[in-house]
Amino acid sequence: MLKNRIIPCLDVKNGRVVKGINFIDLKDAGDPVEQAKIYSDGGADEICFLDITASNENRNTIYDVVEKTSKKCFVPLTVGGGVRSIEDINRLLNCGADKVSINTAAVQNFKVVAESSKKFGSQCIVVAIDAKKNGEKWEIFTYGGRNNTGIDAIEFAKKMEENGAGELLVTSMDRDGTQVGYDIDLMFKISSEVNIPVIASGGVGNLDHLVDGIKLGNASAVLAASIFHYGKYSVKEAKEYLNSKGIPVRI
Amino acid sequence: MNVTIVDYNSGNISSVINSFKEVAKDNINIEVTSDLNKIKESDKIVLPGQGSFKSCVNALNNINGLVDTLNEFAITNKKPLLGICVGLQMFADIGYEETETKGLGWISGKVSKIDNQNGKYKLPHIGWNQLKIIKDSKIFKGIENNSHMYFVHSYEIIPEDKSVVSAITDYSSSIVCSVEKENIFGTQFHPEKSDQLGLRIINNFINL
Repeated sequence: MLKNRIIPCLDVKNGRVVKGINFIDLKDAGDPVEQAKIYSDGGADEICFLDITASNENRNTIYDVVEKTSKKCFVPLTVGGGVRSIEDINRLLNCGADKVSINTAAVQNFKVVAESSKKFGSQCIVVAIDAKKNGEKWEIFTYGGRNNTGIDAIEFAKKMEENGAGELLVTSMDRDGTQVGYDIDLMFKISSEVNIPVIASGGVGNLDHLVDGIKLGNASAVLAASIFHYGKYSVKEAKEYLNSKGIPVRI
Repeated sequence: MNVTIVDYNSGNISSVINSFKEVAKDNINIEVTSDLNKIKESDKIVLPGQGSFKSCVNALNNINGLVDTLNEFAITNKKPLLGICVGLQMFADIGYEETETKGLGWISGKVSKIDNQNGKYKLPHIGWNQLKIIKDSKIFKGIENNSHMYFVHSYEIIPEDKSVVSAITDYSSSIVCSVEKENIFGTQFHPEKSDQLGLRIINNFINL
């Protein structure tokens, strides 16, 4: 039976983890490679890096991080943040990323998704959808949530599937950072409208939120950052909890 | 001993390279090349494959003499070869991804899209699923039945002769996840991304 996936996400800036795990035995709390290794040893089904490096001159730091991590972690590695072009995707994959998530570039030019999935295969193209509720609809935001495009999130999700996206990483901008739980309606709506897997993101504050994302939101995978960063829960605890709630996980 | 990962522009093979290098001990040399002479001289070959069946077959054919060299290696000389994902799928006679495309023909059968039961199941089949081992395979030494492996694919190989199938996995239907036919091995899942158990499978292949 296919298992639901738990994906810890690390925010990386200038090659360093922004919010690290508080582990006493950690030599360097800001080292993304070491943090990723802790997650993979702890049973993470995948690892996600979100590069939030703002300045262009430091953009290259992520490649070095990906290269080092892929030599130590043997679970799938997804990298997102600032991915603009086929060349960016090619470089990340060559460094050892298994999947690349595309956000702003996919909204600005959906052909990037079509071209990259044709060139590299759908299996490595994840489209990241940042959506915010506006009345009865959800609208797509770009540039890390700063820019409202007015594009309908559900229609956009379908368009991305048609253009060859292998998965959708759906983040609720209303919930991100709030720790009050995923936007279940958004997850369920998108998951029902597309036939590709949906990864739920944004708003996890406790383990029941992960359960809800899968059971109520119909997500194939759940992504979380802070609950793992601050050592509130380990990946292992999260999996055991999901298992106790009848959700199939890899233990 | 030389183990060669065939680099034929089939997409992203960094993870395959990393995992083999992680497992290989000092006396094992991991080569990554499309050089026909080096492939011929190898003791073992790994045939990765990402993207579509058609794009991988085209990429093989784009390197002059590569298909003949692989045939000589695996069929005539019967040296060990491991196909991963589309690398395995290409063993079949024919594939139906994008358009009908001829495969290597090492295992009679076809590669078709997984039946998602009218949208009841998501495709691609992505994530960790369990091996149901149905036949002893040399690459599964030390691997328990029901172990989890990482999959990502929308197409499946359907061999005519079921006796080559060493493990299946349950999704929308029973999906072939590995084959063994004499010296030819293949996994639909990605051992290079299946954590410690995946590395063990790679180690088993290297040490055949």
